[in-house]
Amino acid sequence: MAELPNRQEKLSLDTFVRGLWEENPVFVMLLGMCPVLAVTNSTMNAIAMGLATTFVLVASSLLISLLRHWIPRQVRIASYIVIIATFVTVVDYAIQAISLDLYNALGAFIQLIVANCVILGRAEAYASKQRLHTTLINSLGMGAGFTLALLSLGTVRELLGNGTLLGLQLMPPDFQPWVVMILPPGGFFVLGAWLLLFAWLKQRRERRLLEQEGASDAG
Amino acid sequence: MQGESLAFIFLNAAVVNNFVLALFLGICPFLGVSAKKETAWNMGLATMFVMLVSSVAAYGINWVLGALDLMFLRLICYIAVIASAVQLVEMFIKRFSPSLFRSLGIFLPLITTNCAILGLALFQTAKEYDLLQSASYALGAGVGFTLALMLMAGLREKLELAELPSISQGAAMSLMLAGLLSLAFMGFAGLGGSHG
Amino acid sequence: MSEQQIAQAPPQTPGFKMIRTLGAIAMLSGLLVVLVFQYTKPIIAENQRVAIEKAVFEVVPGASRRVDVVLGENGLLLSDDVQDAGEKIYAAFDEAGELKGVALASGAQGYQDIVKLLYGYDPDCSCIRGIKILKMTETPGLGDKIAFDPDFLQNFEALDARLNQAGDALVNAIVAVKSGKKQHAWEVDAISGATISSVAVAKALNRSMQRMAPLIQRHKEDLLRVGR
Repeated sequence: MAELPNRQEKLSLDTFVRGLWEENPVFVMLLGMCPVLAVTNSTMNAIAMGLATTFVLVASSLLISLLRHWIPRQVRIASYIVIIATFVTVVDYAIQAISLDLYNALGAFIQLIVANCVILGRAEAYASKQRLHTTLINSLGMGAGFTLALLSLGTVRELLGNGTLLGLQLMPPDFQPWVVMILPPGGFFVLGAWLLLFAWLKQRRERRLLEQEGASDAG
Repeated sequence: MQGESLAFIFLNAAVVNNFVLALFLGICPFLGVSAKKETAWNMGLATMFVMLVSSVAAYGINWVLGALDLMFLRLICYIAVIASAVQLVEMFIKRFSPSLFRSLGIFLPLITTNCAILGLALFQTAKEYDLLQSASYALGAGVGFTLALMLMAGLREKLELAELPSISQGAAMSLMLAGLLSLAFMGFAGLGGSHG
Repeated sequence: MSEQQIAQAPPQTPGFKMIRTLGAIAMLSGLLVVLVFQYTKPIIAENQRVAIEKAVFEVVPGASRRVDVVLGENGLLLSDDVQDAGEKIYAAFDEAGELKGVALASGAQGYQDIVKLLYGYDPDCSCIRGIKILKMTETPGLGDKIAFDPDFLQNFEALDARLNQAGDALVNAIVAVKSGKKQHAWEVDAISGATISSVAVAKALNRSMQRMAPLIQRHKEDLLRVGR
């Protein structure tokens, strides 16, 4: 079976860092938003979800990269999905064994990691084409970026909606919590706010670049 | 749960605990396909069909796996069935309406990763619904999903003619709108309160 | 190798390759899942046991030992493998083997979704001694007060659940009343601003007691015997 030669990526720091900022799965690629909105009403849940998703991402990416020459094109999506579902089932039982309270807090969203477009997307776009070590580092980067996104929502929502961070009271005692933050609308608003912030930063940077170019042209 | 009427289950899934606006399921297509009312409507219908098929299939899977004591294979079976149902819908639409097939594009196979469908199967299992209740739940979820999509599409179509700050283009604006819609839908919360 | 032999060698069709790959992956994944499942099963069972025990001892004050039984129309059964024979209840005893109470689970529709709780019933006083909310999605800051508001929980320190003359139902149904209007021992003072959530708790208790209190009283002797 002749494969189109794919540019095999050389391992570099960028392989990892890309997933954190430039190609952040949530903020830039707008993938996997369901858990980001649902499980971020507390920082603890956000961290746990990030770790679980990263595990599934790394494990399934590695296996798919390992088997990439043996999976025929027509059944690749089906194969990827079965592999991902397997690791999600593993994580599901692992979390139940570690902490039932955490398991009840995360609820159905652990099993919903299967439907997380980040994992399937990376499998299709990267793991199926690249070698083991680059896949490992890239997946770790993507997972870290995803966890970062979860944290950025989890901390804000818990702080404003409950006055606490990881259960520790941080806000002054007479702070009236903005309950809406831990309710569904809060998830939408906070994610929207972060996206606004990033868009604004991007626009500022572009404007500055244009000014610099203008100055160098004139001078 | 015994004692829940079919109408109540339907209303609950469609409005009170709307899958998109309250349970955060199906956000990707919600943001991706809600630019135009027509695509939103078609996507909603396709998703509702897949939901119905998956719901009934999930009920069957539970029954079979339970009898064989293989419960840990549940997730893998669910997702396999969903993928197959989506494949079916794809072939059906391609055959009977190629223009629709083209307009939905990549989002049609992406219904497989729509967390709303898998979520539906998982929730109905957790609530231990029987076959009729599951079907009612799936219909309600589908209607609710389509409703959310249509509302968003209507809003976004209107906003196309308005002057918006440049940084809010795209997903940021959609998310803020979704937040307002979600807030509005919270008003339905008491609807099931005095029932059962 | 002669041309005949080459021609006779069956070519691997793409279909075969696809099935082979899918089959191999399915087997591999099945193996992995079964391994993890078997390994974690005892740990998860232990976690669940500890969680239930904690809740049971919380709603039945003074208990230190728990025995799971199934109670139905036909009486008491120790094994919980029996399907539809009745409802699973937790009989709680103290060190001396005295029956301190019975813990039962129940649920009712609250404001947002189902409210699930565990409660402790004392057959000697025919009353409820405590409740513990197991699962709920009520409004944070309002409805979720049913889980920890001390005034609300005080309702359940001696909630009356006496049986009528015939012994087949409660003489007074457990109901929720408006905040501050509680006058009888079988009423639940609702939290102001969280009426629907409070009503859900009362409904869950009433529904369960109407069915189980008569059964518990009828088979009280069997329950006492289980502890010894």
